[in-house]
Amino acid sequence: MEMIVCAKQVPDPEAPPATFKVDPSTNKVVPPPGVPPVISTFDEIAVEAALRVKDGKGGKITVLSLGNNLVRDVVKKPLAMGADQLVLLEDQAYEDGDSWSTAYALAMAVKKIGQFDIIFCGRQAADWDAGQVGIGIAEILGIPVVTLVKKVDVADGKLTVERMVADGHEIVEVPTPCVLTITNEFGEPRYAPLKGIMKAAKIQPTVWKPADIEVDASQIGAQGRRAKLGKLFQPVKVGKCEIIEGEDVAEAAANLAVKLREAKVI
Amino acid sequence: MADSKGVLVFADIVEGKLAGITTELLGCGRQLADGLGEDLSVALLGSGVKGLAEEAIAWGADKAYVVDDPLLQDYQAEAYLAAAQKVTEEISPKVILYGQTPVGRDLAPRLAFRLGTAVSTDCVELAIDPDTKLLLQTRSVYGGNARAVFTSDRMPQIVTVRSKSMSPLPKDDSRKGEVIEVAAGLDPSMIKAKFVQKVKEEVVGVKLEDAPVVIGGGRGMGAPEGFQQLEALARLFKGAVGSTRPAVDNGWIPSTTQVGLTGKIVTPDLYIAVALSGSSQHMAGCSGSKTIVAINKDPEANIFREADYGIVGDWKQALPAFTQKLKELLA
Repeated sequence: MEMIVCAKQVPDPEAPPATFKVDPSTNKVVPPPGVPPVISTFDEIAVEAALRVKDGKGGKITVLSLGNNLVRDVVKKPLAMGADQLVLLEDQAYEDGDSWSTAYALAMAVKKIGQFDIIFCGRQAADWDAGQVGIGIAEILGIPVVTLVKKVDVADGKLTVERMVADGHEIVEVPTPCVLTITNEFGEPRYAPLKGIMKAAKIQPTVWKPADIEVDASQIGAQGRRAKLGKLFQPVKVGKCEIIEGEDVAEAAANLAVKLREAKVI
Repeated sequence: MADSKGVLVFADIVEGKLAGITTELLGCGRQLADGLGEDLSVALLGSGVKGLAEEAIAWGADKAYVVDDPLLQDYQAEAYLAAAQKVTEEISPKVILYGQTPVGRDLAPRLAFRLGTAVSTDCVELAIDPDTKLLLQTRSVYGGNARAVFTSDRMPQIVTVRSKSMSPLPKDDSRKGEVIEVAAGLDPSMIKAKFVQKVKEEVVGVKLEDAPVVIGGGRGMGAPEGFQQLEALARLFKGAVGSTRPAVDNGWIPSTTQVGLTGKIVTPDLYIAVALSGSSQHMAGCSGSKTIVAINKDPEANIFREADYGIVGDWKQALPAFTQKLKELLA
């Protein structure tokens, strides 16, 4: 199996909410000082999904990351987990894109890679939460895509996958080549073993500039946006919590029940 | 699409019925259409769905476009996309509304990429800009830490809408509208990703999305056993138990109970958050609750910035006393 995983570097979503800041003059998030970026959670699970196919059937995993000033230790994590090679679409021209321009550049990079059976993406990225890029890549390449996948079985060149829905899951059969977007119900991504980290340190990522993937420069990054960002802001929260006290926790809890009754909540 | 006109809602149909989100989309779509002074259409895609047209009109639509085809019996994306594209080209709407549901979140981006336009997913507010007449699309981003307002001058402007973020209009059974059947020319050969079967996870008791009281448990529950205590509390209220992603990822409780950005959206009268920190990703699924109560041992936990009432302490000590007192009060 030839596999491609799209993995995005994002500000750490687990950083304390109090450190989250938006610069209204640029409409951009200010990275919290001292908190390094990470691979978006769902993309790490997408790496895990590819690794499990490789564990069972063998194959090669190429990781694609798009951005600018990518932190090598961060984008190499999938390699440390067990992926085979890393291609970076790294250039200022790729920055500040939307789902459309990002999917377009990634699809063009996939075309340059050529041979593949499955492209794995996370269900959505931890920064913009749009959940569109995997679908967009498939639509641009004209191949099928199944979203919100929580299980993948490979047999006879055909995939049988489980897709999450509100009240359970659907079983879907999909031919290769195809795109799968992976959801957290798939399971936890594996830790990168020390041996993997050492191996990853020796792998030199391939960097592709826009000219390398033959993209139309007006269609990538900020220039290629189809959705215009008018305003980015933090919703104002009014802390109004009434803390119910008591001699001990049990008494406070009983007082809480009484309070809810008085306030006609129950 | 220079002559784009009107608003089109793609109905979410679950087990042959209009889902609640569809009535919310029609309520919101009605306001947007009135703001533009144009028509509100609804598209009903499925098998045996023609009978829903009158109901959709009663919820606010002027016209109902029906694609009734056996190939649309189950959700198979390629067939649904072909039908959606056909209806969109027939109407040339300015605005398309989908629900942020398993179908909508899958289909709306496909349609946008197919048509070469943009889509904003999971919108929580929509309005028409008085100057440009473009749709202002507000969605939560960065796991709920921020909000972003998007516009697009490409037609149609497509969005998916977060469930329970919009209100339906009162149903008016006397409303009259036009029903138009559309032949989409679907062909089994266009379906590449084939639906095999659905596996339903049986829910005991009250459905989470409809429960008047939800008891949410998080990482601090520490083990599956804790959730049994939450179940007991939920039964007192005839409510349901919800959970956070860490609780689900630890395997303590089925993923169908997950509340949040990547789980279910609940808006109960009372949400009791037990041993959960109140991350913005979780709050995205429950911040619309009327009253939020927090039980957490960390006084600095974000949940105390979101809650109306709270106690600081270990849930293991709090829960038995709270449940006991409630039994007395509710007796």
